[in-house]
Amino acid sequence: MAGVQVSNLSRSFGAHKALDDVSIDFADGGFYALLGPSGSGKTTLLRQIAGFDFPDSGRIAIGGESVERVPVEKRRIGMVFQNYALFPNMSVADNVAFGLSVRGEAKATIASEVQRALDLVQLGQLGGRRPHQLSGGQRQRVALARAIVTKPRVLLLDEPLGALDKALRIDMQIELKRIQREIGITTIFVTHDQEEALTMSDRIGILRGGRLVQEGPPEDIYDRPKSEFAATFLGDANILRGETTGTGIRLADGTAIAAKAGASFAAGTKASCAVRPERIRIAADSGSPDHLNGNVLKGQVSKRIFAGNNSTYFVDRDGQTIKVIVQNTGMEKLAEGQEVVLRWSPESTVLIAGN
Amino acid sequence: MATTRILEWLGRLYIWLLLAFLYLPIIIMALMSFNVSPFYQLPFEWTTEWYAWLRQNDQLISATWNSVKIAMITTIICTALGTAASLALYRYEFRGKKFLQALLFPPIAIPWLITGTAMLIFFFGVGIGRGLFAILLGHVALALPYVIVVVSARLQTFAPELEEAARSLGANQWQVTRRVTLPWIMPGVIAGGLFAFAVSFDQFVVSYFLSTPGQTTLPVEIYAAIRKGFTPEINAVSTIIIVVSMALMLLTARFFKFGGEK
Repeated sequence: MAGVQVSNLSRSFGAHKALDDVSIDFADGGFYALLGPSGSGKTTLLRQIAGFDFPDSGRIAIGGESVERVPVEKRRIGMVFQNYALFPNMSVADNVAFGLSVRGEAKATIASEVQRALDLVQLGQLGGRRPHQLSGGQRQRVALARAIVTKPRVLLLDEPLGALDKALRIDMQIELKRIQREIGITTIFVTHDQEEALTMSDRIGILRGGRLVQEGPPEDIYDRPKSEFAATFLGDANILRGETTGTGIRLADGTAIAAKAGASFAAGTKASCAVRPERIRIAADSGSPDHLNGNVLKGQVSKRIFAGNNSTYFVDRDGQTIKVIVQNTGMEKLAEGQEVVLRWSPESTVLIAGN
Repeated sequence: MATTRILEWLGRLYIWLLLAFLYLPIIIMALMSFNVSPFYQLPFEWTTEWYAWLRQNDQLISATWNSVKIAMITTIICTALGTAASLALYRYEFRGKKFLQALLFPPIAIPWLITGTAMLIFFFGVGIGRGLFAILLGHVALALPYVIVVVSARLQTFAPELEEAARSLGANQWQVTRRVTLPWIMPGVIAGGLFAFAVSFDQFVVSYFLSTPGQTTLPVEIYAAIRKGFTPEINAVSTIIIVVSMALMLLTARFFKFGGEK
């Protein structure tokens, strides 16, 4: 096992900068998600760490050893591919045995290691099957067993759950996490699914256009996004734009919004506030003066979407739509067209640089 | 109802006529190799006399062995070189690759008569001359594009992640090729090999240009024999070749399911 350090990594394909000065420290034994839209460079970064492609500049170290010019077959990594890439001409056991066999391990060692790996992914009985006789979830497990049986220093996963249906995905998320904890391997996981990144990883790196936008534990990024992109890509966020007042912003119509999280900016510059939809309370506008010390906005419900355990309200105010998510307690139902008051605390308001 | 019956019946008739068209001449030839009369006269009288004659025809036998040997060596060389070339064209990007690939197709389309003439002139120019070696070189050049085309077509169905997966597990280039890529393209390699064998074994035009009286192949020898006067030994040798080649094809089809493999 080993940690991975990526420092100032850049890679261009022609005029396109796929990776632009990216530095990330992947802690030993950690579960790290690389999150980003397609074309953000997350897969390029994973392939650089794997060794399928070499960087133009920068350094990659696995366990402190520089590997950026070492080809993939000598890096001692384990990789799970998006479509599993199981060898169709081999049985499940031979697939798992492949890495040990090319290394020239003894037959008896291979057999016992393969069985251990298959047991770990709960496929102990299926060693004799062919890949095409397995379900998607089973193939996924074989791919995982094949990647870890060689005891690699790092486990790399390229959108491994992308091809599974939703119920199976959640099962596999739990399973993958269990296996990762059990063997304690440094794991780097590429995904475009923010929910997957939030639930599975210890740390998340958000990439956009080849650059690392923000990096940290899931809660930190969720509660204190540093940019509009980070706020809206990881979870849902309402963005209010205006001018800074030092402790918050002033909207175009003069309303002050107080913020107690995020960076501070010199007064008068452009800035935004991000608020999560579930942090906002919504109530019918009674017309009585407000006595709370929080942020208050008035508006009109334009749409309500009922989703079982919660409802989403879209509230229009001053040309902007604010999204509010309310737990379905059965207490209050607001009709479309109704005048409402939105309230939330400054602690739930993050001040970020304006776009 | 009645029309579908008639259509069905016509369809069957069509298949039988097609099979008859393909196989009747061959069957008649095979039968006549066992007929007493050398002039195809009926009634049919069983004999193996012509096969006995064939055993004494050293020229025909040596030409047959030449053909078999040249076809086998051509197959081995073309399968090895063609597969290697296909893999290189699949894996690597290099200057002039598109041009090189385009150059593979014209030799298939150029009439053999022209290729044969060109080879004769060229081989004389460089001092190789005529003979079995020249014939072998000619056959390799003719058959190679077929192997590359067939193997490349099979490689198009290969998932490149499989090679990446193998490399990530520590396999070097040779291990990747031998254990992952080759098993997948094997049906294509076998089909390419059969093509190469057929191109060489059936080859008349180019062999005719490059053969000398002592060093010749079966098709050329048969042609020469027919010109001197037809003998049923030709029927006999042809029958043997048909039986052997059909057995080979059936065996190959039995062991390699073309196209149907998962």
